[in-house]
Amino acid sequence: MNILSKLYYRYKKILKTMRLYLLIAGPGIIVMVADNDAGGITTYTVTGAQTGFYLIWFLILLGPVAYYVQEMTVRLGAVTKRGHAEAIFHSFGAFWGWFSLLDLVLVDWLTMITEFVGMTAALSIFGVPPFVTVVLTWILMGTMVLQGRYWTWEKIALIFCALNLIYIPAAFMINPPVHQILHGSFIPQLPPGGFTNALFFLLMANIGTTIAPWMVFFQQNAVVDKGMQEKDMLWGKIDTAVGSFLTVVVAAGCIILTGTLLPGQNINDAATAAIRFMGINKYVGAFLAIGLFDAGFLGAICISLASSWAFGEVFGWAHSLNHKLKEAPWFYAYYFFDLLLAGTVVLIPRAPLVLITLFVQVIAVTLLPATLVFLILLLNNEETMGEYKNTRFQNIVNIGIVALIIVVSTLYGISALFPKILGA
Amino acid sequence: MIIDFLRSTVTAVKGINQKYAIPHIKMTGPVRFSLGVLRFYLLLLVAIMVYKFVTLLGK
Repeated sequence: MNILSKLYYRYKKILKTMRLYLLIAGPGIIVMVADNDAGGITTYTVTGAQTGFYLIWFLILLGPVAYYVQEMTVRLGAVTKRGHAEAIFHSFGAFWGWFSLLDLVLVDWLTMITEFVGMTAALSIFGVPPFVTVVLTWILMGTMVLQGRYWTWEKIALIFCALNLIYIPAAFMINPPVHQILHGSFIPQLPPGGFTNALFFLLMANIGTTIAPWMVFFQQNAVVDKGMQEKDMLWGKIDTAVGSFLTVVVAAGCIILTGTLLPGQNINDAATAAIRFMGINKYVGAFLAIGLFDAGFLGAICISLASSWAFGEVFGWAHSLNHKLKEAPWFYAYYFFDLLLAGTVVLIPRAPLVLITLFVQVIAVTLLPATLVFLILLLNNEETMGEYKNTRFQNIVNIGIVALIIVVSTLYGISALFPKILGA
Repeated sequence: MIIDFLRSTVTAVKGINQKYAIPHIKMTGPVRFSLGVLRFYLLLLVAIMVYKFVTLLGK
C-alpha cells in the first residue's frame, strides 16, 4: 500500500511538473525550430548532398551554441521585462538604438522575402501558383495574430513547430545507413578531400544559420509578452534547451535525407532537392516540400513579430499579441505592412531574388555582432540583472561563442560580396 | 494627411531621441572598449561595402 501511494504521489508530481512545463514552454521551442527556416533547410540539404553524413557531429555542436546565446535572452526578458530593442535604447542611447532598430527592420524584411521564396517554391511542387501561396500565407498569418491572445498564437505556432519534425519520419522512410550516420554523428571527421575552401564556406553557412539577429529580439519579446517571471526562468531555459535539441534533430534529418538519396549531387536549394526526391520516392519528396513550406512559414511568423514588437516598444505603441486590433492599431498595421510588402516582392516578375538573398547575408553581418555584443554587456550589468547576471563561466562560454560567430559571420558576409576570396 | 503623418513621426522620433539621450549603462572600461571596437568594425564593414559598390559601378 505504501509503495502504491508513493508511486501515485510520484506520478502526480511528474504530471504537475509536465503541466507546468507545458504552460511555460513556447518561446524557446518556437524560436529554435523557426531557426530552421527556409534558408536553414536549404543549407542543411546542400550540406547533406555535398558532404554526406560527415558533418552531422558539427551540427550537434551547434545546438549548445544556439542554446547559450538564446538562454541569455530568457534571463534578460524575465528580469528587465523589456524587449531587446528597448533595452538597447535604454542602456546604450539613441544612436545604437536607432542603428539596431533600423538594421533589424531591413534584415527582417529581406529575410521575410527569402521565407516567401521558400514557401512559394515548396508549394509550386504541388502545382500551387505563387500568388495563391502568398495570399494563403497572408490569411493564415493574419488569422493567427488577430485572435487577440498571445497564448493562442503560441499554441498554433507550436503546431507548426511539430510539423517541422516531418523530416524525421521522412529520414526513416528511406532506410538510411544507420551505422554511417552514427559514425558521422559522434566521431568528428572531415569529408573525403579534407579541408577545402568549399567546405569552409559550407561550415560558415551552417554557423551563420544557427544564430540570427531576429532570434535574439524575438525570444526576449516573447518572454516579456508571455509574462515570464524570474521564478519561471528555469522552465524558460529548459524550453530553450528542448528547442535547440529539436533544431539539431531536424537539421540532421535533412542531412540524412540528401546524404542518402542525393549524395554528391549539385543542389542549390531545398526545393530542387524535393523535386529530385519526387522522382525517387514521391512521399519523401512531398514531406520535404511540406517541411520547406512549414520552415518558411515559421520563419515568417517569428521575423515579422520581432520587427513589430521592436517598433512598438520603441515608439511606445501598445505592442502585445494580447491586445485586440483596436487596442494596438499601429502594432498590427506595421505587422501587416511588413507582411504584404515581403509577399508582394516575390510576386513581382523577374524580381532580383538572388540579389536579395545575397543582401540578407551581408546586412545581417552588420547587425549580428552589435546584437550579440549588446546582449553580453546587458547580461553583465549588475544594476539591472542583479543575481541573474552572467557568471564567470557563462561569460567565458558566451564571449567565446560570440567571438566565433562574429568572425565566421563576417567572413561569410565578405565571401558573399567577394566570392573569389574563398574560391567557393 | 501624409504631411500630418510625417509631422507626427518626426515629433515621435524627437521624443525618442530625448528620452534615450543618455545611455543608462555604467560606462566601465570593458563597455567603452566594446563600443569602440564595434564602431571600428562597423566603419570597416561600411568601407568594404562602399568599395564593392564602387568596383561594381566601374565594371
